[in-house]
Amino acid sequence: MALLETQGLTAFYGDFQALFGVDITLDAGETVAIIGANGAGKSTLMRSMSGMIANAAGQVRFEEREIGALPAPDVMALGIAMVPEGRKLFPSLSVEENLLIGRYGRATAGAWSLQTVYDLFPVLKERRNSPGTALSGGQQQMVAIGRALMSNPKVLLCDEISLGLAPVIIRDIYAAFPKIRAEGASIVIVEQDIGQALKVADRLYCMMEGRVTLSGTPASVGRDEIHAAYFGAHTA
Amino acid sequence: MTHETLSSSSSQAPAAASAWTVTTRNRASSVAALLIVAVLLAGIAAPLFASRSVLQDLFFILTMLTLAQCWNLLAGYAGLVSVGQQAFVGFGAYVMAASVALGGFDPVVAILFGGLAAMLLSVPTALFVFRLHGAYFAIGTWVIAEVVRLLLAQWKALGGGTGTSLPTGVARELPGVRLVADWFGVRPAQAADMVYYWLALLLACAAIGFAYRLLRSKQGLGLAAVRDNGQAARAVGIDPNRIRFAVYLAAAFVTGLAGALIYLQKARISPDAAFSVTDWTAYVIFIVVIGGIGTIEGPIIGVVVFFILRNLFADYGSWYLLVLGLLGIAIMLFAPRGLWGLFTERTGIQLFPVRRILAGGPLTKTIKGGPHG
Amino acid sequence: MNWLDTIVQGILLGGLYALFAAGLSLVFGIMRLVNLAHGDLIVLAAFLLLVLVSALGLNPFVAALVALPVMYAIGWGLQFLVLNRTIGDDILPPLLVTFGLSVVIQNALLQGFSADSRRVPVGALESASLQIGPISVGTMPLFTFLSAVGVIVGLNLIFYRTGLGRAFRATSDDRATAGLMGIRADRIFATATGLAMVVVTIAALFLGTRANFDPTMGPARLIYAFEAVIIGGLGSFWGTLAGGVIIGVAQTLGAAINPEWQILAGHLAFLLVLLVRPRGLFPRALD
Repeated sequence: MALLETQGLTAFYGDFQALFGVDITLDAGETVAIIGANGAGKSTLMRSMSGMIANAAGQVRFEEREIGALPAPDVMALGIAMVPEGRKLFPSLSVEENLLIGRYGRATAGAWSLQTVYDLFPVLKERRNSPGTALSGGQQQMVAIGRALMSNPKVLLCDEISLGLAPVIIRDIYAAFPKIRAEGASIVIVEQDIGQALKVADRLYCMMEGRVTLSGTPASVGRDEIHAAYFGAHTA
Repeated sequence: MTHETLSSSSSQAPAAASAWTVTTRNRASSVAALLIVAVLLAGIAAPLFASRSVLQDLFFILTMLTLAQCWNLLAGYAGLVSVGQQAFVGFGAYVMAASVALGGFDPVVAILFGGLAAMLLSVPTALFVFRLHGAYFAIGTWVIAEVVRLLLAQWKALGGGTGTSLPTGVARELPGVRLVADWFGVRPAQAADMVYYWLALLLACAAIGFAYRLLRSKQGLGLAAVRDNGQAARAVGIDPNRIRFAVYLAAAFVTGLAGALIYLQKARISPDAAFSVTDWTAYVIFIVVIGGIGTIEGPIIGVVVFFILRNLFADYGSWYLLVLGLLGIAIMLFAPRGLWGLFTERTGIQLFPVRRILAGGPLTKTIKGGPHG
Repeated sequence: MNWLDTIVQGILLGGLYALFAAGLSLVFGIMRLVNLAHGDLIVLAAFLLLVLVSALGLNPFVAALVALPVMYAIGWGLQFLVLNRTIGDDILPPLLVTFGLSVVIQNALLQGFSADSRRVPVGALESASLQIGPISVGTMPLFTFLSAVGVIVGLNLIFYRTGLGRAFRATSDDRATAGLMGIRADRIFATATGLAMVVVTIAALFLGTRANFDPTMGPARLIYAFEAVIIGGLGSFWGTLAGGVIIGVAQTLGAAINPEWQILAGHLAFLLVLLVRPRGLFPRALD
């Protein structure tokens, strides 16, 4: 049974229609990657699922419950945490405060706490009292992931976490994902870096111009198929 | 036919320029122009058939309208929300009173002095308040008004804190009063009321005409650009503060003229009355908000509604102000474009069209501003 | 004339102005909203205390304890039901709505209590004083100043040491991302205004017991509060206290020279700071 699914999800970004009837599912314990070029609608999909924007039509269902109309704080309280695009740390808060605020709306006990997040990303413990925005891009991304984990979410939505980071840093960050999975979270990763995403994903969806153009497991879909789904058939 | 507002008329599609014409007029506004001329003629002729008390009411309406147009220009177009316009009303009035009572000047010259003095005052004032933004600008203007009030209350020659009366007979020295009295065979006091009224009418028309001309001009476009997006306006070479400063200066001048005229007619001045935040700012804000902020028509509608409410409920004192405050809040929350905004939304009619309208051209083409457009 | 005495009285008066200003500073720091009815809300709270003292015969300090939750609820409701609707990019709606509110509160108080001057009696405390070295210090003014320091310490603790304070700062930084943390901005704003009204009630206790007050004196209190906030620098609570003290000292010095110059001297001190340090003495927040 799907933990989180969308059915016929349609959404607008201002006047611009960004999603045209998108269906995706995420099963419990699964990691799903959503790949696609810039402007394919991946981030709009994430924003719809997290309650940041209202969907125009279709459904978002979490644990069999329709959550499409809920605002972001309510969605978060149910156990869907988001690592937003651009990391979005709070500049007025220190690293530790940025982590602590992650459990403001959902202080559920579980595997993740300040201590276990510091164990996952030891460098953050050293910088715990620095302003969040004084850190390097990679460290800021670690704070953003840790902040989302602090609420012990059932679903972790990661939006473009490798954007603007050096490959070696991206590898470090993705190294944390097996541990995050092992503690029970189901994960949706939106990525332009297909290589990293496919390494950690059980299944993938490829999006183009607001529609899902391909889905399957990393083993079952070929490079050419992804290429076609990513850029459109005419360029393949 | 759809009416699209065009943000940058000159830079749009030169190929289509032959087919498109940019206009700010529409048919309703042409009819309205005739209507305005008729009202104006009736307004000029009003003293011939209206009683003194009606003329005094009209004087009140016209001077409040002038103040409202000035405040609207500041808040509705330049984004300068002032709650300290009483500084310029009071200062204009005091300089007028000093010119008449101490300097022995002709009252009409004294009114001009009042306006000029208010404009001069606005220069150092701007130096302070333009360092503040948004709400802080608002309270900053209020502080300035308080400072000017407290300073003028020290002016013993004009009665200090208790104020003074203008010399009796000032009204009769107004140029034309004697002439009017002779022509129409009325007593000098009534002739003075007629002249005050005409001056107020002239001032109100000048204020409306000035606002209309400004908003239709290139500077007006710049003002709209600044209001809509200060950053973008800066990027295309418009200096927001320069335009804002110019508007602030002009509004101070006209507000000062109005203040001087109002106190010439009242013939008695005191710091508390001339710098009253209720009389010269709160009422003015309600007039503009109720009528519709950011339009020339709004203050006109607003002043009429305000006058009716005042006549019906002014006897109830604080209840009246309480209801006026609630009305203002309700309009701001539920109909922020005021009564005139509600009316235009339903009918599309504009009396003073200042929005650019694109007319003609191929009907199949639509101007669209998508995220990538 | 004793200059030292004048300055000490000014500092103590500054405590009262800091109390007027702290709520304004708090609300501005979190939601960039300036409540033009702030001064009238202080006067409203003073009348609430007056009613509690005169009708129920409560001690003014006990009355303040009763009034605190009432004013908190008024602030919470006002923000949640009315002011939240005005928050956005356009600065006009919050300004005009709170200006309207100022007129409404003032006239409702005039209607209910007339324009007469009132005072909340505190008995012997009114005239009690302490002799500290060469100067005599009124017990109530001293208590006012200590309360101001206490309020500033308290606000700093809440702001920088609690989960609520983290939520205040996070919402102020980025409302959308705060939503992803489960923070409901509308409730955070309501809580902030409620808290500001708690400070307003404390300010009203000292306003009402220190001197006469009447329904029309709110706007002047707003102006003093505003001057203290700007002098101190936006977003700094200690700066607000310093700003209040500067206004207070300027006023007592002005009054010592000529009683008519008291208020004027405060305004001129403000304009001077604005000219020399446009962002205030201890700026923290970017506006």
